[in-house]
Amino acid sequence: MSSHVDGNALAGPLSEVFHTDMTTAVCCCDGCGETTTLASEMVYGAHGLVVRCRSCDDVLITIVETPERVVLSFPGVSSVSVERGAPSA
Amino acid sequence: MTDWLVGTVTDVRTETPTGRSLTITVDGWPGNLAGQHLDLRLTAPDGYQAVRSYSIASVGDGPAVQLAVDKITTGEVSPYLVDDVLPGDQLEVRGPLGRWFVWTPEDTRPIQLIAGGSGIVPLIAMARAHAASGSIVPFRLLYSVRSPQDRFFADEIAALESDLFRVDYVYTRSAPEGWATPPGRVTPERISAATIPVSETPGVFVCGPTGFVETVARALVDLGHEPQSVKTERFGGS
Repeated sequence: MSSHVDGNALAGPLSEVFHTDMTTAVCCCDGCGETTTLASEMVYGAHGLVVRCRSCDDVLITIVETPERVVLSFPGVSSVSVERGAPSA
Repeated sequence: MTDWLVGTVTDVRTETPTGRSLTITVDGWPGNLAGQHLDLRLTAPDGYQAVRSYSIASVGDGPAVQLAVDKITTGEVSPYLVDDVLPGDQLEVRGPLGRWFVWTPEDTRPIQLIAGGSGIVPLIAMARAHAASGSIVPFRLLYSVRSPQDRFFADEIAALESDLFRVDYVYTRSAPEGWATPPGRVTPERISAATIPVSETPGVFVCGPTGFVETVARALVDLGHEPQSVKTERFGGS
């Protein structure tokens, strides 16, 4: 992949961990305060994924998948808000 | 958790010189909304796996899922899907995925669709859903392609065209003979001239290569569209 994509591409990897579709969740960037749906953020990488704030480019989330585990870290997210009862896909 | 399902390729069609559509019949597929995607996983004999996301052109219930893929010559997965896959072959898929870049008939805003190349795929699903639902909200499509033969779903788009579904093309490299505008990329002027105006507060869906999407989204916001009314899906590439 020669260019970044957007948070829509996280739907599959995150479906392994969360039971609702996380791309419609609203994230608040700890760096600049930008608040938007995860689908609108920028995503880099192919094997490990790095999610960056669309506004200030800070790293919000990293996702590393191994055969046995999915490792999520949230270095730049101050909150994630998920609608109750949201469908899985 | 969304499980991996095994699908069987049941139809393959050449759409453009570098792209084709595939229909995969997937037992257990729950149906999908217009604009959703799936993840497709290929496994090599040595166990190496590659996963890619593909938008879904089909919409609604039933086990048949249609994708359309443009070949990235340096890619790992798309050359296989465009050049090698045959009916009867099996592919692993996971989905449907994503509930953000979707259109449902409950949305009563006018809708502007803007596609670059194979970015038409989720947008044709929306046009199909619009036609199938009998929705009377106006739809309009602006479709940017290199040349007339690079249009995916050209005959179907022509058949869907109506007062409620207007279609405009931008040709970036070669236009049909007698075409009013010389070939060139989408510009703010072209977008302004061939899309639903801001005054009608449309919802806008933009899908295509990352550079295309970012150019178009910036132009739309500059024209006065609210950023929240512009939904984008980037598939990377050039």
